[in-house]
Amino acid sequence: MTLTGLAQQLIHLFAALLLLLAFAMLAQRRILSLINLYTMQGAVLAATAAAMGYATRQPHLYVSALVTAAIKVGVIPYFLHRVTARLNVRWDVETLINIPTTLILGIVLVIFAFDLAQPIAELSSTIARGTLGIALACVLLSLMMMITRSKAVPQVIGFLAMENGLFFAATAATYGMPMVVELGIALDVLIGMVILGVFLFQIRQQFDSLDIRHLERLKDQ
Amino acid sequence: MSLPGAASQLLEIALALAIAPLFAGWVAQCRAWLQNRSGPGIAQPYRLLHKLFHKDSVLAERASPLFRAAPYVVFGCMTLACGIVPTVSTDLPLAPAADAIALVGLFALARVFISLAAMDVGTAFGSLGARREMLVGFLAEPALLMVFFTAALVTGSTSLTTIVTTLSSQELLIRPSLALAAVALVMVALAENARVPVDNPATHLELTMIHEALILECSGRHLALYEWAAALKLFAYACIGIALFAPWGIASAHAPSALLFALPALVGKLALAGFLVALLETLSAKMRVFRVPEYLGMAFLLAVIAMLVKILLGAGPQ
Repeated sequence: MTLTGLAQQLIHLFAALLLLLAFAMLAQRRILSLINLYTMQGAVLAATAAAMGYATRQPHLYVSALVTAAIKVGVIPYFLHRVTARLNVRWDVETLINIPTTLILGIVLVIFAFDLAQPIAELSSTIARGTLGIALACVLLSLMMMITRSKAVPQVIGFLAMENGLFFAATAATYGMPMVVELGIALDVLIGMVILGVFLFQIRQQFDSLDIRHLERLKDQ
Repeated sequence: MSLPGAASQLLEIALALAIAPLFAGWVAQCRAWLQNRSGPGIAQPYRLLHKLFHKDSVLAERASPLFRAAPYVVFGCMTLACGIVPTVSTDLPLAPAADAIALVGLFALARVFISLAAMDVGTAFGSLGARREMLVGFLAEPALLMVFFTAALVTGSTSLTTIVTTLSSQELLIRPSLALAAVALVMVALAENARVPVDNPATHLELTMIHEALILECSGRHLALYEWAAALKLFAYACIGIALFAPWGIASAHAPSALLFALPALVGKLALAGFLVALLETLSAKMRVFRVPEYLGMAFLLAVIAMLVKILLGAGPQ
């Protein structure tokens, strides 16, 4: 078995892990575990980019793996930990639908995503074309996590996880985006994170709670 | 039926009957060591069986013939299950009689009989245990089926011997679908064998017990048969796990002499599996009965993801 073959198998393994992590995030009740899962997702993503870079001999993927590792494993989780500690929201996550139902809906989403990605994957010629469906499924699962959570912090994590899914889709379908775009997105996520952090404090100050259902009431009474 | 085939089939059943209690004892012993106790020794299940077989069995006044027949049916089901799971050889004349789906059916048959027998006498504990057993069973069964389906998709057959032959003859590949299915199988096996996150085999605390509540009314040889059947079930699940996910070293159809190598390999793998079961049991805490559906739902989900991953990644270049 060649090393390239091994890298390809590793990519498949990482893809399955990403899907598993997306489901784990969907099932998770605690914010701290949610942040840890997000960190793991970032680590797997960086490893995927590195494996892909090795398998296709595209050195710029190593750079993007490094950037991913620095931002998604280092900076953002650290920031999230700080924010949750300051806001003192560590444990409870309220879900709008109960968790087993969410998971079953998740399976339906995965089947939908796989079906959607099948014709696209046939057009593609990259070695990781099979993983496109998984990337799409991760995006949809994170989107659903944003929909089914009523607190602000899990929604922010859902948003970040969605970006992870998109990054994976880009790596799988086209061997990564151009370096400029990639760096730009990484910075955007970082800045977005900072803005969302400020936003969280504002919501909290305004309503004494992080439940975003309060935002539905727009007028002062 | 060839002569070596019959011999390996007989050897396999005899082996299962002989070392299943030893395996259960090994798990209990590992658990004791991990919890800083000295433990009863790995031969304890034999002593228990010996003691129970020498006692008279006491029947409740209203016990029907079903109550007397059930231990033999359950024991027979588990023996047959151990007979069709390939452990040391894939040359099994009994194997065409039942594929993976029928194996799940065998477990279900045993479960139905043990539950009916528990309800038969009409005590509160019996029906409580029976209902919980059915709850666990009906959630664990689809997950187990999905695990088998994943293995069947990978190898293109639902016959256990074909699955094992195909898997053991392939070169070493990282298969994410099989890894996910393995985790699902471990979760199902813990639930089905009344192990710690779902049930505690070492306690008679009436609010939590499942398996012990089922056999509370039994005594003497009936109880012995149930205990032996429980050990066989644990052994069968361990062997299913080994056969699907670590089949290396098993003797193939045309090499009966490879049995000499397959036996120590099996014992080594079983010892490792038993230690892992004990480790998992020690690390996890018993959960509330109402959390069990969520736990088994997770197992089902994992198995389904395994199958979906296989379908999608299998379409790509391998």
